[in-house]
Amino acid sequence: MTETILINIALVILFLPLLGFAATINLGAKIKKMYYFEIFIITATLILTIIAAFFKLSDFVNTQIGSSFTWIAFDTVKIDLGIKIDNITVIMLFVVNLISFLVHLFSLEYMKGDKRFNRYFAYLGIFTFSMLGIVLTDNLLMMYIFWELVGLSSYLLIGFWFEKKSASDAGKKAFLTNRIGDIGMFLGILILFANYNTFNFDVIYSQINLGILPFDSTVWLTAAGILLFMGAVGKSAQFPLHVWLPDAMEGPTPVSALIHAATMVAAGVYLCLRLFVMLTSDAMLVIAVVGAFTSFLAATIALTQTDIKRVLAYSTVSQLGYMIMSIGIGAYAFAFFHLVTHAFFKACLFLGSGSVIHAMHHSQELEDLGGLRKKMPVTYLTFLISTLAISGIPLTSGFLSKDGILAGTLAFGELTGHWLIPILGFTVALLTAFYMFRLLILTFHGKPGNQEKYNHAHESKWVMAFPLVLLSMLSIFIFYTPNPISAESGWFLDKWISTPETVVPESTRFEFMKSSDSELVDANFVHSKLYEETMHHVHYPAMILSVLLGGIGILFAFLFYQWKKINVDKLTNSIRPLYNLSKNKWYLDEIYNATFINGTLALSKIISWFDQYIVDGIVNGTAKITKIYSTYIKWIDTYIVDGLVNLTAILSGIIGLALRKLQTGKVQTYIVYVILSLLILLIVFKPV
Amino acid sequence: MNIYDIIFYLFAGITIISGFLVVSVKNIVHAAFYLLFTLFGIAGLYVLLGADFIAIVQIMVYVGGILILILFGVMLTNKIVDVEIKSESFQVIPAIIFIGILMGGLVFLMVTTNWENNELIIPLTTTKILGNIILTDYILIFELLGILLLIALIGAATIARKDKV
Amino acid sequence: MAQVGLNHFLIVSALLFSFGLFAVVTRKNAVMVLMGIELILNASNINFIAFSKFGNFAIDGQVIALFVIVLAAAEAAIALAIVLNIYKVFSNVNVDEIDNLKE
Repeated sequence: MTETILINIALVILFLPLLGFAATINLGAKIKKMYYFEIFIITATLILTIIAAFFKLSDFVNTQIGSSFTWIAFDTVKIDLGIKIDNITVIMLFVVNLISFLVHLFSLEYMKGDKRFNRYFAYLGIFTFSMLGIVLTDNLLMMYIFWELVGLSSYLLIGFWFEKKSASDAGKKAFLTNRIGDIGMFLGILILFANYNTFNFDVIYSQINLGILPFDSTVWLTAAGILLFMGAVGKSAQFPLHVWLPDAMEGPTPVSALIHAATMVAAGVYLCLRLFVMLTSDAMLVIAVVGAFTSFLAATIALTQTDIKRVLAYSTVSQLGYMIMSIGIGAYAFAFFHLVTHAFFKACLFLGSGSVIHAMHHSQELEDLGGLRKKMPVTYLTFLISTLAISGIPLTSGFLSKDGILAGTLAFGELTGHWLIPILGFTVALLTAFYMFRLLILTFHGKPGNQEKYNHAHESKWVMAFPLVLLSMLSIFIFYTPNPISAESGWFLDKWISTPETVVPESTRFEFMKSSDSELVDANFVHSKLYEETMHHVHYPAMILSVLLGGIGILFAFLFYQWKKINVDKLTNSIRPLYNLSKNKWYLDEIYNATFINGTLALSKIISWFDQYIVDGIVNGTAKITKIYSTYIKWIDTYIVDGLVNLTAILSGIIGLALRKLQTGKVQTYIVYVILSLLILLIVFKPV
Repeated sequence: MNIYDIIFYLFAGITIISGFLVVSVKNIVHAAFYLLFTLFGIAGLYVLLGADFIAIVQIMVYVGGILILILFGVMLTNKIVDVEIKSESFQVIPAIIFIGILMGGLVFLMVTTNWENNELIIPLTTTKILGNIILTDYILIFELLGILLLIALIGAATIARKDKV
Repeated sequence: MAQVGLNHFLIVSALLFSFGLFAVVTRKNAVMVLMGIELILNASNINFIAFSKFGNFAIDGQVIALFVIVLAAAEAAIALAIVLNIYKVFSNVNVDEIDNLKE
């Protein structure tokens, strides 16, 4: 296994899903069983990914492999396309392909009987292709291209049941909301390109490291970081652009699992990970605050939602906020760790909800569900494990990653004095445990809400159960570290993922990220000593606090919904305004409606009025003046201009008569013209 | 004026005179026979240029194949009463003017252009060299031509077939 | 009358080319048009071989000439097949009368 082979495998992995898409979309109409080809492709991709990941993580664990070629070369500017394979890349490849594979399997049963079955699988293929492109790219341009491709495939899949108005509306909303973030990302890319003449990450970073700043100012560097982060805000559904994600639940549930839980929304986080080294302290603070606030906002909304998928959607937004916050506070490794663990257990939760929805004949309101524990034991168990993981209960993967992030927030608070972030972080941990167990209890415990549908419910077939089992297995700590309490010494954080050293000038770094007191732990792991010590210092308090808060959350959930010790209705009545705020998603949709949408409408009305009275007025006035003017012009026209025109016409007529002779309509004549013209050209351009 | 030059003028004369007759006589059968002489003359010119193999191919393919084919065409497309098969011309006067200009231009070009002119010693027999080069450097074109001929064969048969089966 | 060289061959080819074009342009009978085309092809062949001897193209010119002959054979076969077909339909082969596509 050499580096070249690894690169070739990566390229094959990238383009196989495109092949699957092209074949399935083109032949799908003719060949009914075409989706098996797509399944075959994704299986092959997964196997290759496992091989590539295995060799990268064993043989080349400390090397970064990449390859690129020049796409367009202008005078001094070269635009290269290329791929870059480091440890994050292969782990992401594995996560994306594994979940994509499982979702393909799950969809076989879930989407059975759909009239656009083949097209559905083709869309999954193009989505996988674009996502792999984002993961593999080594430059911002390709990142942007695949970014938009992901947006497109997301749009296609959300609006897959486009006969439903809500589904096609949700698709449009997702697309347009993402576009707002993408404008920022595009501007950020342009700032960097204008200054460094390249899109390549590593080249840009080495230039920054040499002290070459965009427009010679740290402000522009901060601006570039924040603008690029706007792309992540859109794609990873951060406040204020998070509104599309809950609506995107109109898509088929496996799609929600693949795109809106595990992979596509993680693209934003992935972008931030790639950008991490060029973020200034101001940019990081913005990112941390946005992440923390989003996570809190979404958690409060999730408390009162009554649609099983919407609860999960808001919990996704909340967890993505965690990851973004984690990047903002410098806990790079834990952000990625949480991305991976979250991808598995959230995919499991979504597929579990899909299994429930399938069994209950597309009923996803919580009041219709309940008591499904006995009917669907496999779904229940896997759902339980994933819920424990997302709540951060020990022995699960979620505990490890969440605990790391929370310890990071505490350390951040202690080192910089921004205590708001840890407070929000821990509150969210409490809320998460509460609303996730609320969901679990209302779905699987208690009495059936809809007896008739309950009677028909049954455990799903193995193609649907197998992904659930596998994903819930991956939510257990043992896959990441041998130590169930701390991930620090496990292979995931110790060997595979290391925080890269930031390249921004010293003056724009946080105190704890300055290189003056950094300690060289191993070849490419540079982190401030101060930060390390604080992390160790706060590790145990953070862990105890998070487990305690998780436990309290779970306890309250049981008190409220299982044992009914506390009357929920009474409580909600006593805090009605807060309840309404949460239930109506902080009225954000309404606010956007009132401000941006009505604002745009009002603006267009104003412009319309302006058009009608002022522009039209000017036009009409001009018309009147023109009319008067034209009467004077008229006689000039009649006598002088017309005379000239008539003369020209007569001349043209004479010339035309002469030229008509040339147009005989016979091929032979034309041959003569062609050859004579050629001859003239030859004589004119004859070399002397 | 050596023997080479004399032979050249002989063949060039045959070629040009019979070429002119091909396009000027009315009787198609006669025209075809004058074409025969033209092709012979050209083959002679090839020999003078040291292209012995091409000259033989010229005689075999053109005289033996294409010319016979053309004669067949003449015979099959005219209601034959005797050998006097007339072919009319049209737009003769403008054509003569145009062609005159063209001919003048071409000759002017050929004479005045400063061609690269270094006479090569072409080996006595070119067959072996040609065979080698066709099967090495030009193998792809050679194979493609083979396929083209096959297609032409089938195509000609299909187009000229009397009834659709 | 100078020593026979490249120019002499080129002039012969230029004259042949003009004759061929003349036949193509003026003759009504499709078979005569074909003969004109043969003349044009032969004119170009003379050029190829002349440049092969006098230019810097060595034996390559002869190879190309050979290929031209092959193409000419294929062309003649196809064209005559078409002419026969036209004759079957229109009972004549006069190129100036066959203008059904006009309508």
